[in-house]
Amino acid sequence: MKAELKRLTDRAAAEGLLDVAYATLDSPFGRILLAATPRGLVRVGLPNQDAGEVLGDLAERVSPRVLEAPARLDDARRQLDLYFRGELHEFDLPLDWQLTTGFREKVQHAIAEIPYGETRSYMQVAASAGNKRAVRAAGTACGSNPIPLVVPCHRVLRTGGSLGGYGGGLPMKEALLELEGFQ
Amino acid sequence: MTALPPFQALLDEHAADVMAVLRGAVGRGDAEDCFQETFLAALRAYPKLDDDRNLRGWLLTIAHRKAIDHHRANGRRPLPVAEPAELPAPGGEPELGDGVWELVGALPPKQRAAVALRYGSDLPHAEIAAALGCSPAAARRSLHEGMKKLRKELA
Repeated sequence: MKAELKRLTDRAAAEGLLDVAYATLDSPFGRILLAATPRGLVRVGLPNQDAGEVLGDLAERVSPRVLEAPARLDDARRQLDLYFRGELHEFDLPLDWQLTTGFREKVQHAIAEIPYGETRSYMQVAASAGNKRAVRAAGTACGSNPIPLVVPCHRVLRTGGSLGGYGGGLPMKEALLELEGFQ
Repeated sequence: MTALPPFQALLDEHAADVMAVLRGAVGRGDAEDCFQETFLAALRAYPKLDDDRNLRGWLLTIAHRKAIDHHRANGRRPLPVAEPAELPAPGGEPELGDGVWELVGALPPKQRAAVALRYGSDLPHAEIAAALGCSPAAARRSLHEGMKKLRKELA
């Protein structure tokens, strides 16, 4: 049955019927879910997030044509693998921002520009997004980042350097920052 | 209406059944092609589906249509009949052995589908009726006729 299903996803993709392809990746933090549209990576589900819920949300908000198609995510999986080994500092992946809008999207674009090994405060990303007083909204935008890791919201801290929050849990945020060279 | 589940869930839950039905309906050799056609057609229609209460019946209906298309394209050429592996018990609901599916493949479309859905997929009469788009009584009749022919072939 495996070969038949592989053939089916290939044909679905060729006929433009594969709206959301997904795959999983075993990371040092647990299983990560990756989902892409033909435009690019649209969602990263962290290990503490329920994969079924993430897929259900994609079915509702993007398209119910959601299929497991690991080959479509080979590049993203390879880059994340290298990132977790400390061998990749900058992702080169097409992104699909359709799950975010407005000020949140601006904040997330600003976060995407934070270089490896650096951090910003919530206030700084709010300012980069065009409204330095919208600190709380910037925090919400970090929390609703659909593409964590690749859009590195773990690099956003409270003014003064305390961790703030993280969708994947604070131990993961701490470990990611450590991986990038913070003590 | 609730949101449609990710299509992958339909594959995970029903792909094996759809394949079993198609093997019964068109034979092992051609089941794979019909399987692809069935799920591609389902994928095409899926986002516009407005009733998600019986996704399994919906898929089996498409499979049934694809099997019929397949037989039409082949001029209803009967499938080569192999030696049956075992005989269905007289009366009651017989177990169908593997070789019997070759005989099932040679039945007329409605009977073939009814037998395949009953014994291949273990569907109750009401679901067979839904999949065939007929009344439960008509489904029962198709099943009965199909089984009668099979018994005759095997006698």
